[in-house]
Amino acid sequence: MTMSRPFRIVLVVTCALVLLYLIVPILIIAPMSFSAARYLSFPPPSLSLRWYQEYVGNPAWMQATRVTLTVAVLTVVIATPLGVAAAYAISQSKWRIMRLIHMTLLLPLVVPIIITAVGIFFVYAKVGLAATMTGLVLANVMLGLPYVVISVAAGLQSFDATQEMVARSLGMNRLRSFFVVTLPQIKPSVIAGGIFAFISAMDETIVALFISGGQYQPLTKRMFTALRDEIDPTIAAISTLMTAVSFMLVLIATSRPKKGA
Amino acid sequence: MSSPVQDLSVLHQRREQRLMLALALPALLVILLLVVLPVGWLAWQSVYHNGFTLENYRRIWSEDIYWRSFALTFQISLLVTLLALLLGYPIAYAASIAPKRWGIIILALVVLPFWTSVLVRAYAWLALLQRTGVINQLLRQLGLIDEPLALVHNTFGTVVATLHILLPFMVLPLYATMQQIPRDLMQAGASLGAGPMLTFWRIFFPLSLPGVLAGSTLVFVLALGFYITPELLGGGRTIMISMLVSRNVELYDQWGAASAVGVVLLVAVGAIFFAVSRFIPLDRVLGQK
Repeated sequence: MTMSRPFRIVLVVTCALVLLYLIVPILIIAPMSFSAARYLSFPPPSLSLRWYQEYVGNPAWMQATRVTLTVAVLTVVIATPLGVAAAYAISQSKWRIMRLIHMTLLLPLVVPIIITAVGIFFVYAKVGLAATMTGLVLANVMLGLPYVVISVAAGLQSFDATQEMVARSLGMNRLRSFFVVTLPQIKPSVIAGGIFAFISAMDETIVALFISGGQYQPLTKRMFTALRDEIDPTIAAISTLMTAVSFMLVLIATSRPKKGA
Repeated sequence: MSSPVQDLSVLHQRREQRLMLALALPALLVILLLVVLPVGWLAWQSVYHNGFTLENYRRIWSEDIYWRSFALTFQISLLVTLLALLLGYPIAYAASIAPKRWGIIILALVVLPFWTSVLVRAYAWLALLQRTGVINQLLRQLGLIDEPLALVHNTFGTVVATLHILLPFMVLPLYATMQQIPRDLMQAGASLGAGPMLTFWRIFFPLSLPGVLAGSTLVFVLALGFYITPELLGGGRTIMISMLVSRNVELYDQWGAASAVGVVLLVAVGAIFFAVSRFIPLDRVLGQK
């Protein structure tokens, strides 16, 4: 499109500034985490791994890390098949009630998280799921489901459903034709959905603040309480690691393998 | 009268329906038990305490602290939405008209923070904005200020960090809409003698309005329910609605009051989504994530 020169310059400068605003805060944590200083400082006066050692050497942080990773893995293992099954049903069926089910499955994205958190806290207290691993995993499955459903539903939209029909007309039963014909073709969106559920479980804080306790507190809950009291540079090390893991996973989720491979 | 063939197809259709329902059921159950039931319980709780009562809502209506918190939350959300639109529009516009490679780079930079933990970003902003933080240090070394500026533990810090988190939610729907605008229209405008400014304002901008509406809705509604950022960067003075809910539960053990505040927030969010869904389909607003 044609644009006047001054307009183009203004646009480029504005974009550069806004992108800096978005990116700098994320990048600034990493160099700070390698600082040898007792307090957060930038640029770091000298480099060291002391805050990483502090993190690895602290049993409370390590326990929280184990909880976070366990919860995230279990969340993916449970939420992915449930989400795939639901997305498949939604995309196959023209039944009107399926639209309603689809909307219901997206509710965790719509209801303000604090309301969900307080509500679950209340229900868990009644049924004895508060401060348990089961309770934590269930809540994260709920929060991760919309990501799987959205991702897989999008994948199924570009998949030609008649292929499965052909497989069935050739004698495969429904289940087999799904696993042999459909699943391999929507695999990238299934993997992406699972990864987003993993990241969502790894980052989830607010629900965990209310329903987790004792030895089953994820990293984010401990980080949040630590941040309320003082700015401990150990958190810079943890943040850097968390960000690195997130970015690696997103890279995997968004890089689609070439077709026909 | 129905033929046997029709009977068979109806039977088949029923079986198909039951199978699909069974497939969706486990996921549906999780949502019903962990979202619908808890929220319903809260709603019940807000009006029932040894009998039906509207006392909790009367208190929200009459007590100053609730009013102030609601007003502040709406102001901050509105401000964040406007700023997001102001900063997000040029980014989305640039990404949509730039050569493909640059467009991808711009979008990648927008999405990058999207997948960084909200907690990590709150921490980053604390490190940047606190009295001994990076920005204050920098300004002092440059000799621009003598005393450190109060950039955090106030509304300013809350807005800066909230905007940082919500900006991608504005850019992505905007970009999605702008990308669909046919370039021929602008060329047609130009060939009819309109200058670049006129084609932008008369052709491009109006066609981008669905994206503006989708992005603004998403940002505004999400800002209404924000918790972590105001809690960590607001310094206890910027009490947003979410904090009101958690404080009523954690500090004062006031379940009824917390539930009522939650219900008001939920109704506000629901009403906004409903109003917007009359203009653009809701799954398009949500599907952007």
